[in-house]
Parts: sequence; structure tokens; C-alpha cells
Amino acid sequence: MSARTVSQLRKGEKGVIKSFNDRVMSLKLLEMGCLPGCEVRLDAVAPFGDPICINVGGCYSLSLRLNEASVIELE
Amino acid sequence: MKQGNIKVALVGNPNAGKSTLFNALTGLRQKTGNFPGVTVEKKSGTFRISGLETQVTLVDLPGTYSIYPKSRDETVVMDILANPAHPDFPDVIVVVVDASNLQRNLLLFTEINDLGIPTVIALNMLDVALSMNLTVSAVQLAMQLGVPVARINARTGEGINHLQEAIKQVFAIKERPAIQYFYQPKGVEIELINEVKHIYNLDNDYVALQYVCQHDNFSFLQQPARTKLDELIEKYSFDEHHFLVSETIARYDKIKPIVSKAVKSAGVTEPPYWTRKLDSILLHRVWGYIIFAMVLLLIFQAIFAWATFLSDFLDASAAQGIEWVKSVLPEGVLNDLITDGILTGIAGIIVFVPQIAILFALVSILEESGYMARVMVIMDKLMRRFGLNGRSVVPLISGVACAVPAIMTTRSISSRYERLLTILVTPLMSCSARLPIYTILIALVVPSTQVLGVFSVQGLVLFGLYFLGLIGALGSAWLLSLFIPRKERSYFMLEMPSYKLPRLGHVGFAMYESVKSFVLEAGKVIMAISIILWVLASYGPGDRMQDAENKVLTEMGAASQEQIDAAVGSARLENSYAGQFGHFIEPVIKPLGYDWKIGIALLASFAAREVFVGTMATIYSISGDSEDVPTVKQRLSQEKNPDTGGQMFTTAVCYSLLMFYVFAMMCMSTIAVVYRETHGWKWPLIQLAYLMALAYASAFAAYQLLS
Repeated sequence: MSARTVSQLRKGEKGVIKSFNDRVMSLKLLEMGCLPGCEVRLDAVAPFGDPICINVGGCYSLSLRLNEASVIELE
Repeated sequence: MKQGNIKVALVGNPNAGKSTLFNALTGLRQKTGNFPGVTVEKKSGTFRISGLETQVTLVDLPGTYSIYPKSRDETVVMDILANPAHPDFPDVIVVVVDASNLQRNLLLFTEINDLGIPTVIALNMLDVALSMNLTVSAVQLAMQLGVPVARINARTGEGINHLQEAIKQVFAIKERPAIQYFYQPKGVEIELINEVKHIYNLDNDYVALQYVCQHDNFSFLQQPARTKLDELIEKYSFDEHHFLVSETIARYDKIKPIVSKAVKSAGVTEPPYWTRKLDSILLHRVWGYIIFAMVLLLIFQAIFAWATFLSDFLDASAAQGIEWVKSVLPEGVLNDLITDGILTGIAGIIVFVPQIAILFALVSILEESGYMARVMVIMDKLMRRFGLNGRSVVPLISGVACAVPAIMTTRSISSRYERLLTILVTPLMSCSARLPIYTILIALVVPSTQVLGVFSVQGLVLFGLYFLGLIGALGSAWLLSLFIPRKERSYFMLEMPSYKLPRLGHVGFAMYESVKSFVLEAGKVIMAISIILWVLASYGPGDRMQDAENKVLTEMGAASQEQIDAAVGSARLENSYAGQFGHFIEPVIKPLGYDWKIGIALLASFAAREVFVGTMATIYSISGDSEDVPTVKQRLSQEKNPDTGGQMFTTAVCYSLLMFYVFAMMCMSTIAVVYRETHGWKWPLIQLAYLMALAYASAFAAYQLLS
């Protein structure tokens, strides 16, 4: 079974970033501060379920699409 | 010490407070332009530091998360910083760092530091950090990073003098110690760097690496140099993407211990309470849309009700001013050129200033407060269905005032494809220039009655036209997305800034900037066209105009002076170059129900749509106050169709004209700005063709169905 990703988080649920499954997106995510070992929490879901807003490391809120969130694998 | 101005560049993450600091440092001594060779907006300004003879020139570079660009705007940063010969190459770089998100902000700092340009950190948003239970030690940071760190509050101006002092000190250092790289190249990178340094005569390892990774974005490198670098990448089998990821991770490994030493956390860190509270409402599946709809309604109300007072006032004052100039100057061709050509053109521009100023003030308030980012989030899924992006919302809203500044705001869309689609469909949003046309045509054919006691039918038709424009924009985007191949992935990643109260000063700046760029950019074209139009309408081939005038004079011997003047004006116009053109295109526009007179007005409105009403007034030779809408309306309703003998402006003709103006790309300035933004004639011409086809087809359908 493939790893659980940020796109599968429920609202308010936390997870710790393990790795990324997409080369191109991984650099963008890293530069935006999503690092392996960093805790993320699903804060809000836009109407129609996409995009979502996650809290990154308690620092700030990042909005991204579900298919981008599915790049971020959780521990 | 070097002579001349000190050049300082401002670099930082989006939302770190860069433009606020820029305003705090330069005040009103700023100007906007373009970076040389590229159409990326450049803000620069000057300030003085006490105890320093020379003036400091500050350049605001586009906000970015790293020096590897993700949008066209961002390529400018390294194009300047890797090229010491660039006119904007800085003596000192100020990196603005958001203290509440130190780790991510320091990534950009370590990259900038490795370029070897003297650097200062402006540590901003300490108050936000404090509200999140974080205290940041500037002294610790300065010690660990090896650069001066000035604690500032860009919003209040606190600490700005310390920052200036730090800039002065760094600039004054003559003997620069050997650079401490945050990233140590390894393996094949070292050999590659050495060869690049040798070939291009560079002394900095990291700049050499940027030659390898970013040479396609460097305007200062010629094609042979780029090919050579590609060969080197091949030779060392350098995997660029793998390098970028491992470099970024290595940098974070360096940053983490620094951050944990400099930042003390008291309790749980959380985004500010109000931000969480507001997000739960503004991103709500029901409330989110209701509030957004209300905000849009407010914008419409402001543009169409409140701004109209000012516009009418300006319009009336301009008309009076022109009358006055006309009476003061000696009569003749020069008088006519100045008053009917140049001044009328200027007045046509000024009338739109209130609407543009109010719209951009509101957009700037939405952006400053942090709400615009939420709008992009709730609109993204909808926009994506049409091939657009959540970020397309801002240009589309701005298009309601004027497509020219709206198209300029598409620069923040990082995907070229989505940016292009947004540019192509933005002119379909009914801009404020179409309002006078809509108003007069609706007044002609729609009864001024009310339905359900509250809604005026005319108002509903007007709303319908705007809605039709929006449907046209989204529909065209969808259709175009089927034909234009998408070469890159679409993505939407957006930092949600915490909510802040917008500051009056900043909103004022934004308003001033947008008005200035509208007046200068669009204004030039509108004025040039109105002068050309004046010439075309005032002169005709040979003696045709004079002959026509004489004929009218002999025919109308008994009529009143006013009637004669009107008839003469009309006859002269018919025989002018413009009149000839109207006759020339009549066969093409006949199926839409138009005659040669409307043809002239169509041609004229190509300069700027609002010219339509004025031209109609001239063509139908209304004596007295030609700008007065009721007069124009009365005259138009009396106009007879020469073929049928019935009313010329029938319901069918009016709706046909309305359809034409909803869809047609009747605006030179928009074509000019699309040309500039897409670097060529391909897209503006495609856009012109598809919009004209759409306009023609809908006008044709409307006329044929209703007549």
C-alpha cells in the first residue's frame, strides 16, 4: 500500500512529512518551507474540497491543490 | 570609497514586508519603470543616510522564495545579481526576513549570501512572531550568519535608522574577508564550477553554479555561451534537478541549528487568533462565497455609483475648460486641432481616472488585508475547470475598470500557459469604457419600468451584459484551452498571509501608481488616436467637403442658422476621410444592421470605446451640448433608416450593437499592452481575430433574430 499523503488528512489532523513522490514539485515544496520532519496540520478546505490550507511547522499557512498535497508523503 | 550613488537592492520572500519597507525607506521619492530589456515592473527610489555624502538608490526586486525563479518576474532577480555589469547591480543587498517564519526566510538569505555581494538582514515582523509566542534574537542571528541584522518594523518605521546605519557600515568595509559559503559544492560540482569559473573569469563558486543552472534566463549571456554551458552540463553529466533538491536540503541543514539558537519559543506556536477565526468564515463553503459576492457588489457599487459623481464632475469641468480654450484662442485649424483633437482626447482619459483610482484602491485594500489570497483559494477549483488559475481572479475583477492595468496584473501568475489564457480573455470583462455605450443603447430600447417593485428592467439588462461578458471570458478560456497546447504543469501554491489592517498610505501609493500608469500608457494611445480621428473627420479627398457644404447651403436657404450648421457639419463629415471609410465598410456591417454612420463610430471607438457616444453625437450633428446623453438619445431615436423609412435605431440594431460591444476587442491600448506582455504580434492578433469573430457572430445573430 502506498504511503499516506497530506491530501488524505482530515480537518484538524496532524502529520509529519516523510518524503516527496514527485521531483519537480519537491523543490517548490522545499522552498516553501515543507521539509521532511516538519509537522503539518490540515486547517481548512476550500468549498468543493480543493484547494486545501495546511499549517506548516506551526509557522504559517500554505494553500495548495489536492494533487500537490498528494506529493507530500507522511510518516 | 566608491564615488557616485550607492546602489542597494531589496530582496525577500513574498509577504515578508518588502514593499512596506521600500515605502518606509523612500517615501515619495520613488518611481516605477521597467527593468532594462524586460517588461518586468521595476520600483526604485532614493534616500539619504545621515553622515553619508552620496544618495542611496534603492531597487525593489520581485519577491521570491529562492533565487531559482518560478515565474517570469522572478527571473529578473538573478539576471541582475549574477551580472556585475548590470546598471542595477547592487553595492549592498538588504534581505528582508520575516521573523515569524525564520527558517524558510533564511533559505533565500543563505543563497544571496553565497553570491558574495555585501548583505544586510532587515529582521521584520517581530511583533507577529511575538504574538505567536516566538522571540527572535537579532544578536544571535548576526553572530551565526556573519552579517549585520537590523531589527525593524516596516509598518511603523521603527528601526529604519539602524538598518540605514548597517547599510552604511557594510558599504564602508574595504577589505572584504573571504566568503563563508553556506553551501559546500561536492563531487562533480567542484570540477564543473572550476571549469565555469575559468572560462567566464568568475571568482565566486555559487555564481558559477548559477551560470550552469540559470543560463537560459541570463540576458547578458549570448547564444554561444549558453550552448557552451549546455555542453559542460553534458560533459560532467550534471543532474540539475537532483542538485537543486540536495542543495536546498543542505542549506536547511545549516539553517536549522542557527534558528534553534536564535529563536526562543514560549508555549505553542500558532498563527494569530484572528487569522484562524477569519479563515474559518472566509473559506467556509457557504459564507465564503456569500462574502465574496458581497465584496464584488461593493466594488461594482463603488465603480458605477460613487465614481460616477466624480467622473461626471470631471467630464463637465473638462467640457467647460475646452469651451473656454476654444473661445480664447483665435479661430482656425490650430484651435480646432487643440480643442477637438488634443484636449478632447485628454478629457476622454481623465474621465476614467476616478473609476480606476477607486477600483485599484479597493483591490489594494483586499490584497493588503490578506483577503485576496483567500479569494484565490475559493475560486481556484472553479477557474481550473476553464483552464485558468485561482490567481486569474484579480485580473478578471480589475478588467471591469480597464483591461490595460488588469493585463499587467497577470504577471504574478507563474504558469505561462495560464497567464496567456488570462490575458486572452480579460478584455471580455466589460470595462468601464463600455458603460456609456451600454447606458445610451439600453435607454433607447429598454423601457424604464420595474419588475417585482425593486429591480429596474434597465438595470437588469445592464447586469445581464456584464454577466454575458463573464460567461464569454470563461467560455473562451475553456475553448482556447482546447486549442492551445499546455506545455507545463498547472500548480497552485500560495502562502496565506495573516490578516492585517490595510494602511492608508500604502493604498494611496497603489492608487497613485495605477492611475499614473493608466494615464501614461493608455493615455498616449488614446490621445494619438483622437488626433488622427480629428484629422480624418476634418479633412476629405479634394474639394469634396467644401462642395458638400455649398450644396447644403444652397438647399437650405430658409432654415434657421442652427439647422443649417447641423446639416453642414453632417454633410462635411459624410465627405471626410472618416465618412469615406464608413461607406467603405458599410457592406461588411450591413448584415449587423449598421449604416455608414455607425461604421464611423465603430472605427472611432477602436481608439477607446467611450469615443463611440461622442462620435455618434458628432455624426448625428447635435447642436449645443453634444456630450449630453438625453440629447444624443433623442436625436438617435429620431434618426430614420433611409432604406425602410422607419426608425434607424430599432430594438434589433441596438441589441446588435450591444452584443458587438460586449465581445469586440475595440481598444488599441489593450492590443498594445498584450503585445508588450506577450513579446510579439502573434497573440494580440489571434486575440483580435477571435474576439472580432465572436462579436460579429453575436451581433449578426442578435440582429437577424430580432428584426
